[in-house]
Amino acid sequence: MILPVYDEPRRAPARDLEIDAAMTARWLEAFLRDELIERRGIHKAVLGLSGGIDSAVVAYLCASALGPANVTAIRMPYRTSSPASLADAQLVIDALGMESMTIDISAAVDGYLQMAPEADARRRGNVMARTRMIALFDQSARLDALPIGTGNKTERLMGYFTWHADDSPPLNPIGDLFKTQVWALARYLGVPSALIDKPPSADLEADQTDEGDLGITYLRADEILSLILLGYDDAHIVDRNFTVEDVKLVRRRVDTTHWKRHLPTTALVSGTAINEFYLRPVDY
Amino acid sequence: MVRDVAVVQFKPRKGDVAANVAALRDIFAQLAGAEQPDLIVLPEAALTGYFVEGAVYDLAVTADEFAERIAGAYREAGVTSPLDVVCGFYEKDGGTFYNSAMYVRLGEGAPRIVHVHRKLFLATYGVFDEQRFLTRGRRMSVFPTPFGPAAMIICEDAWHSLVPTVAALKGANLLIVPSASPGRGLRGNGELESTTRWQALLSAMAVEHGVYVVYSALTGFEGGKGMSGSSCAYGPHGNLLNRAPALDPCIFRVRLDSAEIDIARARFPLLGDLNDVLPDLLLDDELPLQRGVSATNGSPKGEVPS
Repeated sequence: MILPVYDEPRRAPARDLEIDAAMTARWLEAFLRDELIERRGIHKAVLGLSGGIDSAVVAYLCASALGPANVTAIRMPYRTSSPASLADAQLVIDALGMESMTIDISAAVDGYLQMAPEADARRRGNVMARTRMIALFDQSARLDALPIGTGNKTERLMGYFTWHADDSPPLNPIGDLFKTQVWALARYLGVPSALIDKPPSADLEADQTDEGDLGITYLRADEILSLILLGYDDAHIVDRNFTVEDVKLVRRRVDTTHWKRHLPTTALVSGTAINEFYLRPVDY
Repeated sequence: MVRDVAVVQFKPRKGDVAANVAALRDIFAQLAGAEQPDLIVLPEAALTGYFVEGAVYDLAVTADEFAERIAGAYREAGVTSPLDVVCGFYEKDGGTFYNSAMYVRLGEGAPRIVHVHRKLFLATYGVFDEQRFLTRGRRMSVFPTPFGPAAMIICEDAWHSLVPTVAALKGANLLIVPSASPGRGLRGNGELESTTRWQALLSAMAVEHGVYVVYSALTGFEGGKGMSGSSCAYGPHGNLLNRAPALDPCIFRVRLDSAEIDIARARFPLLGDLNDVLPDLLLDDELPLQRGVSATNGSPKGEVPS
């Protein structure tokens, strides 16, 4: 008699990136309400709306959590920014019926850069990102609204952001979601397809794309990142049909950017050093 | 014997004990009257919040002080009929700090502390850092209640199947599980993966031992960590009796009926079987049970094997 043999189930990624989008949205909206209204007594939010998928998702979450009338979206183009980004941001503003304003950062950025004409694209991009945060925080004070962050887990892990700029708002609802999970959430929330379908771009330079900058697609990066975070070594990850080059690229980006995910390093000289010995939670 | 239990899914303000005691007072008032339960169960660290780091040294109180805090809310609520309360708290005892849960009886003069359980398994991994600040308990005790013997099992205590097993072997009919569980895992079908795991654990311990299991969990966000609520109760057949949603503070009621325990254990005499087999399991000389002996080399700590 020949017995049936059941094959080993197909070797799936160790951590499925799929999410229950409806549950995720409910969870993140509750997070926003708790942190803003109940903990801080602040009923309004302000965010930079780039025309990309991340800030669009955050806009939808904020509008649902706080009401669109309590959310102000700020478009902050530089003179080289793509007009399509402005238009895509407007799609979100119109869809949600939220408050909005546009602040052209060109004069502020150029005012500084005229003293640094040798600045390369990376420096110029960082100046733009930091200028946007100056504007966002200033507008938050004017509006009595809390700035909300829009960085995702993939760019945080890859160090693909400007330190103390994109990461500076005190709340971030999507910072523990990989980019592919943000896409899934965007589809559930009904973000306009023009934003979901276009290649993600920091829009700091002409024809720039995230995946071009990173040298890997978000889907592959996310799958590799999720395995790295679970503790798998490179050999195990390669064994799941990833190339050695891709795995090394992702691991190198993670391993060289731990500092970007921390506060500044402070010399410890006492037994009461803040956040080393003197430990109090952020909501205490 | 039938007893009514109210499970309170509580949402504290971090470190604001006065506000949290006032909320507890309002809960006592809400539950007072003809339908007052026999027992109210609150979560782990309910009156302070769970993630307090070094502020545990600001917030911890003695068991007597905590009992008086609960009794104060009870008196302010204007309740006079006897009431049992379970609540988690950070306990200080001399210079030692614990993550504890108290079973206290109110309404018979001064508050009477029936039992204090000190958490055995201090969660210290990933997002958890309890052992940095706290000392673990040393004993899993069963204590008498109007419903019969009961035990308290705090959060990670319940993730080690031996703990509810010991409680059941010691005679507990009721396992009370105060908890604070930051929700995680988004793949679930309508609920967090961590919640699914909790439900499986609680249901399994109820049906294995033929006991009631009452789980009360914190809700609300603590510094981005969403306490996953989903408080629930299981009957001795492993059957879900009631359950709260994840994200809202609320109260639900359950009735405990000791006849159900008899029926469940007659159908599945697993606890009785375990009583018989237990000596063989525990007296196994391959088990690392001798205090101070490591599981791997059998040598007393600090001594070099010869």
